[in-house]
Amino acid sequence: MKAFTYERAHSPAEAAAAAARINGAQFIAGGTNLLDLMKLEIETPAHLIDVNGLALNRIEATPEGGLRIGALVRNTDLAADERVRRDYGLLSRALLAGASGQLRNKATTAGNLLQRTRCPYFYDTNQPCNKRKPGSGCAAIEGFSRQHAVIGVSDACIATHPSDMAVAMMALDATVETVQPDGTTRNIPIADFYRLPGDTPDRETVLAPGELITAVTLPKPAGGTHIYHKVRDRASYAFALISVGAIVQRDGTGRVALGGVAHKPWRVAAAETEFPRGAKAVTERLLSSAKPTRENAFKLPLVERMLAAVLNEARG
Amino acid sequence: MHKVSFVVNGKNHELELDTRTTLLDALREHLHLTGTKKGCDHGQCGACTVIVDGRRINSCLTLAVMHEGDDITTVEGLGTPEHLHPMQAAFIKHDGYQCGYCTPGQICSAVAVLDEIKAGIPSHVSADLTARPPLTVSELRERMSGNICRCGAYSNIVDAIVEVAGGEA
Repeated sequence: MKAFTYERAHSPAEAAAAAARINGAQFIAGGTNLLDLMKLEIETPAHLIDVNGLALNRIEATPEGGLRIGALVRNTDLAADERVRRDYGLLSRALLAGASGQLRNKATTAGNLLQRTRCPYFYDTNQPCNKRKPGSGCAAIEGFSRQHAVIGVSDACIATHPSDMAVAMMALDATVETVQPDGTTRNIPIADFYRLPGDTPDRETVLAPGELITAVTLPKPAGGTHIYHKVRDRASYAFALISVGAIVQRDGTGRVALGGVAHKPWRVAAAETEFPRGAKAVTERLLSSAKPTRENAFKLPLVERMLAAVLNEARG
Repeated sequence: MHKVSFVVNGKNHELELDTRTTLLDALREHLHLTGTKKGCDHGQCGACTVIVDGRRINSCLTLAVMHEGDDITTVEGLGTPEHLHPMQAAFIKHDGYQCGYCTPGQICSAVAVLDEIKAGIPSHVSADLTARPPLTVSELRERMSGNICRCGAYSNIVDAIVEVAGGEA
């Protein structure tokens, strides 16, 4: 690990200002992903701003009937919150499908959104990777790509976003609240939060340098049946090959977001109008521009079958 | 270097550490509490599991300087050779280990798992999210999935946890 200086932040605005002012500064909260990457010297911050002392660990009702989740709410606490379990079951299910009990006790809401890909070529510093070292190339495209993205890919990167929670946040129309280094705040709809890789896979979100997530807000409950299905190589504690997060209403309409298929949680509005026509029609719209590799083409029929199972389960 | 003070197994410690020092390395190399083990050092194996402010975490994936004022329990703080914690005694009785390297992490994790079930925290295998999670073998196996045992003592580990939980699973 490279040496770094360390400070404890006293307010979100001061933390954001310090992050923009100090060269090589990064925020640290749960640290479960950042420290892993620092040990491998994939991340090499010169300065860490510890935000754990900021009072961003509450879940509050909003005037609109939704929930405002503080950036520092731990994954365990969010999954276990009574209101989340009752009204946003998809979110609880997604959180509980991810990581281990130890990691969920540490990992935060904002950190979960910002976790980096688990592409093995990103983690292997002997391999070229445009995300880790822009311009160096992508070893995954011609490599072992079974776990990689099938849609929204570019010639520079076929990595997937690893988060389960973010898939639920996408289907729930969450909003990301931030504070910027100049002290102003902004609200970013989750649909606009992540970027596709394009020519700059190192830039994963629309956050500006120093911008700090302070909360994630959920709109009022959507009702319906909430289902999160995850297919992975072992029964627990593994990243998704594919995950499907869905909310299905009694009249057969619904929403769906996919994990494990793209550089971001994947949701297509036009696909949701196909819900009454069934899994095949929805999947065709969801994945119409898919460009799988030979090794991960299995993900396309797997999505359709998982979605069929989800719709079956929702019908009871 | 950075100063930090925290409580480990009921005892206050003040340390001045390189900021890079993980909680795991602070426990082992500075406080010489070598019960907590370093396995993968990347949060994948659970050998380094300790209980901080009542919650189990991977001590390898957190910096010591981030634990100012925290209350930390390691396997040495759960029981002593003369007065074993019930979970330690149950691991011996049920032969919940072979090489023993993962065992301190397994025991710390298991103690916290039973508290999590008591607190009503659901898991991936809980059928009903709004009900209290049942104390079943499948719940225990899912909740213990962050602790890897390469000797494969899992079934005996589950037997030990079931006994401490009251034998109803």
